Amino acid sequence: MLTGSVIVLASFVYVGLLFAIAYYGDKRADAGRSIIANPYIYTLSLAVYCTSWTFYGSVGRAATSGIGFLPIFIGPTLMAMLWWYVMLKMIRISKANRITSIADFIASRYGKSQLLGGLVTIIAVIGIVPYISLQLKAVSNSFSIILKYPAVASADSQTTIPLLADNTFTIALLLAVFTILFGTRHLDASERHEGLVAAIAFESIVKLLAFIAVGVYVTYGLYDGFADIFSSAVEYPQLRKLLEFGGSSVDHVSWASLTFLSMLAIMFLPRQFQVAVVENVDERHLKKAVWLFPLYLLAINVFVLPIAFAGLMHFPAGNVDADSFVLTLPIAQQQSLLTLTVFIGGLSAATGMVIVETIALSTMVCNNLAMPLLLRLTVLHLHERADLSKLIVGIRRGAIVGVLMLGYGYFRLAGEAYALVSIGLISFAAVAQFAPAILGGMFWKGATRRGAICGLVAGFAVWTYTLLLPSFAKSGWLPISFVEQGMFGVSLLKPLELFGLAGFDDITHCLFWSLFANIGAYIFISLLTTQSIAEQVQAALFVDAHIEPRRPRAESLRGDASVNELIMLLGRFLGQRRARDAFAAYALKTGAKSAKELKPDADLIHFAETLLAGAIGAGSANVVVASVVQEEPLGIDKVMNILDETSQALAYSRQLEQKSRELEVATAELRSANQRLQELDRLKDDFVSTVTHELRTPLTSIRAFSEILHDNPALDLAQRAKFLGIITRESERLTRLINQVLDLAKIESGNAKWHAGEISLREVIEDALSSTSQLFSDKAIALELKIPGDLPTIVADRDRLMQVMLNLLSNAAKFCADTGGRITVRCALVADGLRVDVTDNGIGISAEDQRMIFEKFRQVGDTLTQKPQGTGLGLPICRQIIHHFGGRLWVDSAPGSGATFSFVLPRDCIAATPAPSRKFGT
Amino acid sequence: MTRPGIHGQRLIAVFLLGCLLLNYPLLYLFNVSHRIFGIPVLYVYTFSAWALLIALTAVIVSRAPD
Repeated sequence: MLTGSVIVLASFVYVGLLFAIAYYGDKRADAGRSIIANPYIYTLSLAVYCTSWTFYGSVGRAATSGIGFLPIFIGPTLMAMLWWYVMLKMIRISKANRITSIADFIASRYGKSQLLGGLVTIIAVIGIVPYISLQLKAVSNSFSIILKYPAVASADSQTTIPLLADNTFTIALLLAVFTILFGTRHLDASERHEGLVAAIAFESIVKLLAFIAVGVYVTYGLYDGFADIFSSAVEYPQLRKLLEFGGSSVDHVSWASLTFLSMLAIMFLPRQFQVAVVENVDERHLKKAVWLFPLYLLAINVFVLPIAFAGLMHFPAGNVDADSFVLTLPIAQQQSLLTLTVFIGGLSAATGMVIVETIALSTMVCNNLAMPLLLRLTVLHLHERADLSKLIVGIRRGAIVGVLMLGYGYFRLAGEAYALVSIGLISFAAVAQFAPAILGGMFWKGATRRGAICGLVAGFAVWTYTLLLPSFAKSGWLPISFVEQGMFGVSLLKPLELFGLAGFDDITHCLFWSLFANIGAYIFISLLTTQSIAEQVQAALFVDAHIEPRRPRAESLRGDASVNELIMLLGRFLGQRRARDAFAAYALKTGAKSAKELKPDADLIHFAETLLAGAIGAGSANVVVASVVQEEPLGIDKVMNILDETSQALAYSRQLEQKSRELEVATAELRSANQRLQELDRLKDDFVSTVTHELRTPLTSIRAFSEILHDNPALDLAQRAKFLGIITRESERLTRLINQVLDLAKIESGNAKWHAGEISLREVIEDALSSTSQLFSDKAIALELKIPGDLPTIVADRDRLMQVMLNLLSNAAKFCADTGGRITVRCALVADGLRVDVTDNGIGISAEDQRMIFEKFRQVGDTLTQKPQGTGLGLPICRQIIHHFGGRLWVDSAPGSGATFSFVLPRDCIAATPAPSRKFGT
Repeated sequence: MTRPGIHGQRLIAVFLLGCLLLNYPLLYLFNVSHRIFGIPVLYVYTFSAWALLIALTAVIVSRAPD
C-alpha cells in the first residue's frame, strides 16, 4: 500500500498542489483580491522559520539534551515582543526605500554602498547555502527511510545513487521551477510574490498539522497522555537525566547564548527578512503576528518531548537515528497514512524554507553581486542596451538555479559530514553578523559605511575561523591538528578556544568572539571615520523612519534629467510598458495629467530610483540613474549647497542677533535724542519767559509815562518833553530787542541770509569806529588803533562782521572807566587766522560772569537793582556770527583791570589775493 | 499602528520579564524531580511561562489602537 511509487507520486502531487495554490494566489492578486492580506497568512508565512531542522531535528535534539532544544524557539518568542519597535521600523524603512533584501537594506543604509551589498551577499551565500543543503538532505533521508516501509531503518547515504535516480534532485529541480515561476513573475522584486506566500502559508499549516498529528498519535495512541509517557520514562535510568536541566548537554550559558542567537536569526535570516519585511502587505499585520507567531512555535513544540521519549523507549538499542523518530514511530506501528502525512509534513517544512531562502539569496546575488559587476564591465556596453529587463530576469533565474544546485551539490559532497549536520546553528551565527550593522544602522545615525564594512569583515572572519573551519576539520577536510593544536601549532590560536577562552560550547564561543570583533570594529571605525553626504542622507532616512517620511531636501543633490530619458532608462530594466505604466500611475498620484507633464524634479528621480532599486538593487539603481541624471558624486559645490542650508539657518539667527543689537543702539540714540529735545524744550520755555520778561520792562515804562502824560494835561512842557524822550528811548530799545531776538532766531535756525563778499577787515573796523565815534567822544574815551598795514582781505558777510564790531565797541564804551577811559583795537595775523582784540580799561568781569555773558539775556550786574544797559542778546549774537564764519569769540578779563574781547576768523576766510594795503592811523 | 507608545513599552517590559522567566537562574528553581500530574515541573513551568508571555503579549497588542 505505501509503496515507493505511491510515496513519490504523493510528493509530486504535493508539490503540484503548491503550484496550484501559488497560481491561484497570483491570480487573485492580479484581480486585486489578495488572499494573503490578513495577519493570519502573514503569521503562517513567518513560520517558514520552522524548517525540517525543526520538524525532524527538534526531536533529535530533545533526545540528547532534553529541554535543551527549546532556546531556538524561545528566542524568536522574546524577539517578537520587540518587533513592535524593530520590525515595524524595518518594514517602514524598506517600504519607503523599496528594499528587497537584507543586503539591500545594509547597502542602502550606508550610502547605497555596492561594496557592502556584495559583502553581505557573500556572507549570506556562504552561511545559508549549506543550510539549504541540510533541507535537501532531510528530504533525501526521509525518502530513504519511508521507502523501506514497513521496515524501520536508518537513512542510507544518498550520495552514492546516480543523480537522475535521486528523488531529492528531482525535488530540487521542481523547487527551482516553482521558485522561478512564482518568484520572478515580476521583475520588480519589491512587488510581493503573493502566490508564493500563499503556498508558504499553506506549507506552514501542513507541517504544523502533520507534527501535531504524530504528536497526538504518539501521546494518546501509543501512550495514555503526557503523564504516562513521563512516568514511563522515569523507569529508564538513562532517560532520567534528560528530564532535568543541566543533566543534559545544555548548560545555562549555552541556553542563554542560543536564545540570543535565535533572537538575531529570526530577524536577520534572509528568508525571515523576505517574508516578514519584503512580503509584508500591511504593517498592521505585525500586530497580530507578535503573539500568533510565538503561539505557532509553542504549538509545534508541545509534542517534541513526548515523541523524543517515546522514540527513546521504543528503540532502546539506539539503532534508529533520533532525528527520524517522527517518521519511524508511525512506521513501526504500521500507520501508513500517518507515515505519509508526516513525510509530507517534513517535505513541506523543507521545501518552504528552500523556496523562500532561494528567492532571498537569488535576489541578493542578482542585485548586489551580478548587476553591479555587469554594469561595471564597460566592455559589455550594458548602459547602451535597449532592453535589460530580459537580462535581469535571466540573471535572477540563473541565480535561483545556481543557489539550488549549489545547495544540492554541497549536500552530495558533504553527505554525512559534520559540516553539514551542524550547519543550522552555524548559519544562525553567520547571519548574526548582520545584527550590528542593521540594528546600529536603524538607531545610531553616526554609524559609517567603513565601520559597517570593518565590522562585517571582522565578524565574518572570526566566524569562519572559529566555526566554519573547525566544522571542515571535523569533517576531515582540513587537518584536525588545526583544531587541536591551533593554527601553526600556536595554542592561543586554537579555533575553539581562541586566546585561551575555554569552557564554552562552540556556538557560544564563536558568538562571543565574532560579535566582539564585529561590534568592536563597527563602533570603533564608525567613530574614527566620517560619513559622506550620501551616507548622512541615508542615515537620517533610516534612523528617523518612525517620523513621517520627509526626505531631506534632495533638490540640492540632483541635477536634471528629462522625463523621457528616465522612462527610457527604466524601460530598459523593467520593460517599456511597465515603465510607462509606473510613470503614468505616478503622474496620476501627483496630480499631473499625464507622464509628459511630469517635471523631472528630485521627487520624480527618487521615484525612478526606488522603482529601479526593486529590480537591480539600491546601489546599482543609484549608479544607473546617476548616469542619466548626471548627478555628480557630490562635488564640492553640492556639498556647499547642503552646507548653505545649514549655514542659512545660522545666518538668520546671527542676523537676528545683529538686528536686536542695532535696535538696542537705536533705542539708546532715541533716548538721548529725546533727552536733548526735552532739554531744548526747556530752554525754549526759558527763552520765551526771558524774552517776555525783557519785553515787559520797556513796555511798562512806556505805559507808565504815557499814563502820566494822559492823566496830567497840566504838566509843564519841560516835563512833558522829558517823558516823551523816555518813551521814545524805551520804544527804540523795544524795537532793538525785537530785532535782535528775530536776528538770533534766524541765525540759530540757519535761516539768516549771508552775503559773502571780499572785504577788508581794516575798512570794517574803521567804519565801525566812525559809527560809534559819538559814543567815544561823549564819554571822552581815548581810542588806540593797532592795525598792521599788510592785512589780507577776507571773504565774509560785511554787515554781520560790522554788527560784531559795533557790538564789541559799544560794549567796550559802555563799560569803560568813566574818567580816563581808554579803548584799544588791535588786529593781527596769527597762526590760526586773523585776530581782532577790543580792550577796555573798565571794571572787568569776574570768572563766573565770563561764562555767563555769552548766554542769552544775561548781563553783568544785578538787573533788578541796576537799570539794564543792553538787551542781553548782543554777545550771543556776536558769538553765533563768528561761529558761523568758523571762528571763535572769547573774553579775557580780571575784575578791576578791564576786559579784552577777542575773536579769530579762520584762515579759510582769508581771500587768495591780499587787498592793497593802506596806511591808517589815529 | 502608529508610533509605538505605551503599548510598545509594555511589550518591552514583557520581553524583559520573559528574559528572566525563561533563563538561569529562575529556570533552575524548577529543576527538581517533582512531577505535576505526572509531568516534570521543569516542563510544566517552561511551557506555562511561555504561554503566559504569549497571553500577555496578546492582551497588550489587543488594547493598542490600530
